[in-house]
Amino acid sequence: MGHYYDSKDLPRFAEIGDAAGPLWEKFNDWYGTVFNEGALTKREKALIALAVSHAVQCPYCIDAYSSECLEQGSDPEEMTEAIHVAAAIRGGASLMHGVQMRNKIAELGM
Amino acid sequence: MSVGRILPTLQKSGNELSLAGAQRRRLGSVRLKASFEESLAASSLFPLRPTRTEVLQVNVGKKCNQTCRHCHVDAGPDRTEVMPRAVVERCMTILSETDIPTLDITGGAPELHPDFREMVLHARNLGRHVIDRCNLTILLLPNYASLAGFLAEQGVEIISSLPHYRAATTDAQRGKGVFDESVEALQRLNKLGYGDANSGLVLNLVTNPVGAFLPASQESLQRNWKQQLSKRFGIRFNNLYTITNMPISRFLDWLEQTGNLEHYMTRLANAYNPAAAESVMCRNTLSIGWDGTLYDCDFNQMLEMPVDESVGQSVFDFDLSALNKRTIAVGPHCFGCTAGAGSSCGGATI
Repeated sequence: MGHYYDSKDLPRFAEIGDAAGPLWEKFNDWYGTVFNEGALTKREKALIALAVSHAVQCPYCIDAYSSECLEQGSDPEEMTEAIHVAAAIRGGASLMHGVQMRNKIAELGM
Repeated sequence: MSVGRILPTLQKSGNELSLAGAQRRRLGSVRLKASFEESLAASSLFPLRPTRTEVLQVNVGKKCNQTCRHCHVDAGPDRTEVMPRAVVERCMTILSETDIPTLDITGGAPELHPDFREMVLHARNLGRHVIDRCNLTILLLPNYASLAGFLAEQGVEIISSLPHYRAATTDAQRGKGVFDESVEALQRLNKLGYGDANSGLVLNLVTNPVGAFLPASQESLQRNWKQQLSKRFGIRFNNLYTITNMPISRFLDWLEQTGNLEHYMTRLANAYNPAAAESVMCRNTLSIGWDGTLYDCDFNQMLEMPVDESVGQSVFDFDLSALNKRTIAVGPHCFGCTAGAGSSCGGATI
């Protein structure tokens, strides 16, 4: 295995169903339903998926949901704002843990 | 008009893809899992035949005041193809002698043709519906200051491209500064009553994807666009049409230059939808080229694929009953009209 990530692997996602097929079918069914138009539009869901893709740093998901966002009618400005939301939450989560740090400092410090 | 937004056409820059034959060969070289003919056959639609001719789409020439990067006509200010007077007169006679209900005038910028207004008046006097495929910026040119008023007086339906409600995306496709001018033109049209539900003056917008991907759902985009254009600029319009970019001319060149051609053609072919194939516009449209040649659609026109030779290929041999029984010419580019929710000059087809 020369490298871990290969864009040619993205269309092979369904091969996960070759073993534990019923689990894959359940996942696939649920996944499809999640992205159906509901209280949120498909376009909004694709933007959320794009942001989450960046938060979990999955290159396959970023590839898939960048395309999906464009095909759902979002533009680069909206997509960039979405990933800033992901980045803000990631950054905010780090900083929020600073309170825990401060608690420990208070516990140990004079 | 902003400086630097006009690009040389493929023809002017000597690009091989300005030639229809080169475009057909390049499209034919892309390997797809099934040909368009095979896909139609699997849907029991091959050979493809007309339903009823409801639209006479007349392309009056390739001259345009814009050079949009996706233009399938390779139109621009440097193009010299303009429909001669004899062909214009023949088109008007065809309209008089048939009951085709709609005249759809396109280009280039069709309003640049010296006989544009005469064609509109002729068709309106016959009681026909007239569509002007207007690029909006033409309405702001000093020599065309009275054009919007003329279109309103004649009750002409306006169909105009505006790829996005934000400037960056629109200008990326249509040229720097086009968005701001388009907004100004739309506001002028609104003042004349265009886009108001009760005025009878229909203003429809078109969005093409700005890149190598399929358009979004027309219904959902329309909802979003109506909100955004109203909120940002107070603009009203009737319908938003989503149109898939056709792999022809400048968009084909762009696909080739960016390494997207194979991927895009595969995307179109994989999204083949039999219901969209049943509703393709070439089944109810006849397209006339600037030189009077007859085509099944404007896309076949640019690829120089005229109507079947057995039915007469010129306006001077026009025989509507024979044309209504013709076999429609198809090729790999036709996947652009059958992908997903379908695509036509009137937007999604299903």
